[in-house]
Amino acid sequence: MSILSTLWDPFASFGFMRRALVASVTLGMGAGPVGVMLQLRRMSLIGDAMSHAILPGAAIGFLLAGGLSLTAMGLGGIVAGLGVALLAGLVSRRTQLAEDASFASFYLTSLALGVLIVSARGSNIDLLHVLFGTILGIDAPALYLMGGITTLTIALLSIIWRPLVMECVDPGFMRMTGGQGGLYHMAFLFLVVINLVAGFEALGTLMSVGMMMVPAATARLWTRRLLPMMALSALTGMVAGLIGLLVSYHFRLAAGPSIILTCSVLYVLSLVTSPTGLRAARS
Amino acid sequence: MVAASGLHDRAMRGVVGTDRMGRGGAMTHGTIRLENAAATMGGQPVWQHVSGSFSPGSMTAIAGANGTGKSTLLRVIMGELPLALGTITRGGLGPRDFGYLPQARIIDRNFPISVTDMVLGGAWRQTGAFGGADRTVRLRAATALRRVNLEGQAERMISALSAGQFQRLLFARLLMTDAQVIVLDEPFTALDAPTTQDLLALVCEWHAQGRTIIAVLHDIHQIRTCFPDIVLLHAGQATWGRTPDILTPVTLQRAYGGARDPWPETGMQA
Repeated sequence: MSILSTLWDPFASFGFMRRALVASVTLGMGAGPVGVMLQLRRMSLIGDAMSHAILPGAAIGFLLAGGLSLTAMGLGGIVAGLGVALLAGLVSRRTQLAEDASFASFYLTSLALGVLIVSARGSNIDLLHVLFGTILGIDAPALYLMGGITTLTIALLSIIWRPLVMECVDPGFMRMTGGQGGLYHMAFLFLVVINLVAGFEALGTLMSVGMMMVPAATARLWTRRLLPMMALSALTGMVAGLIGLLVSYHFRLAAGPSIILTCSVLYVLSLVTSPTGLRAARS
Repeated sequence: MVAASGLHDRAMRGVVGTDRMGRGGAMTHGTIRLENAAATMGGQPVWQHVSGSFSPGSMTAIAGANGTGKSTLLRVIMGELPLALGTITRGGLGPRDFGYLPQARIIDRNFPISVTDMVLGGAWRQTGAFGGADRTVRLRAATALRRVNLEGQAERMISALSAGQFQRLLFARLLMTDAQVIVLDEPFTALDAPTTQDLLALVCEWHAQGRTIIAVLHDIHQIRTCFPDIVLLHAGQATWGRTPDILTPVTLQRAYGGARDPWPETGMQA
């Protein structure tokens, strides 16, 4: 088998592989830049928490639609994710608890509630779909949703770029000069939630955050400039999608975990070879 | 930069305005006035019964020991923290009229942005998608960097700057806001003498242009020599007035403790 056919055949022969490729490339493009901002804001674990927080909303959508309906579950996920983000923000402002502590409490409650709802009405297979996704089962409406979310993400990031960056570097300056930093913070959390929902169908609630965080960590090892960092993060996610799908096809492995593990391999390689990785730590 | 005469004209014109909290009434344009004000943090009173005003073009230091509510007063002045009691009027000034220099230690200096991007952050209201700045704004940024002696540093990352260079950068960003009221929170802390002198000269230049300057400071000698007005915070109260009248050995001992005037006329930093 030639190298070309190894790379080409899976996608030429099977529609589900082509759709999975488009899905992972689209997800990487949107989630990569969001992941970079999430890490620079030191909110990596909050991203993880948000991915769990969307579960009960998705589960309620699943119940109302009577099965795995992307629209119902996606909308439910967005509502639940934003609800948890708002509640956590409110609690951290009104009490002594830091935002991450509030998030931890709400997302664990949310996760338990979600699993309870799905397991009460669905089968174990449904629960597996919700938790780990079915990237090889992506259909056209799901691709439209992902494409829409990625487009919205890039458009919104471009509009709020400068105030969002200022809000990250110096929140006090934005707050004091009437910048309504909270508004940009919420707009950013909205982007986190919708990107997690976009990844939900493909990678499940537990792994969709992987497409956001691991490429971002990889990109941070290669450049210290923000825009190239975001572009590299997106590119890493897209390439990992391609390689992951090929590995999954040729070695008969689960597609979602193969993509995330490819992201991890790229991260480890970068850790070893990049100028700011382990080499820099040694010297 | 707004011409000094223009600012003076605006400052001297009496107008009827509504402050940012929505209260109306006759007021002098640009005068920030507190009446019987009290502020709380986390339910605990910080200061109370505070009355006084910052007139347009004034230059006022806010002094006091740690924890007396100096930064809280700045937050109240800029409308970021509502008063627990009393009133504040801002003489028709809105958020765009205020420029703010935060304490350098609360800024994330490891964030991967360049010196130019940080300065352009001061003009975030004028920039477009992806922070795109037109030629005029970029020229203003270059001028601001030159003014604080950071020319040639524009493409460096902010993490690569020394403490003094970083403070100069924050002043350059403040120049970009072109604000009528300049609020500075500990602007000269941990800086060497040449940097302090340069930046203090810039503050005096703003004052000469007719802008209102409000600065939290610890250096009593600096306050005595450069700041005609002072708000001295102590034990939840404010003593507000002309610096020579307020900064007496007795008030200093009361505010900062100690057996004698710790800052004689030729004194050192608090």
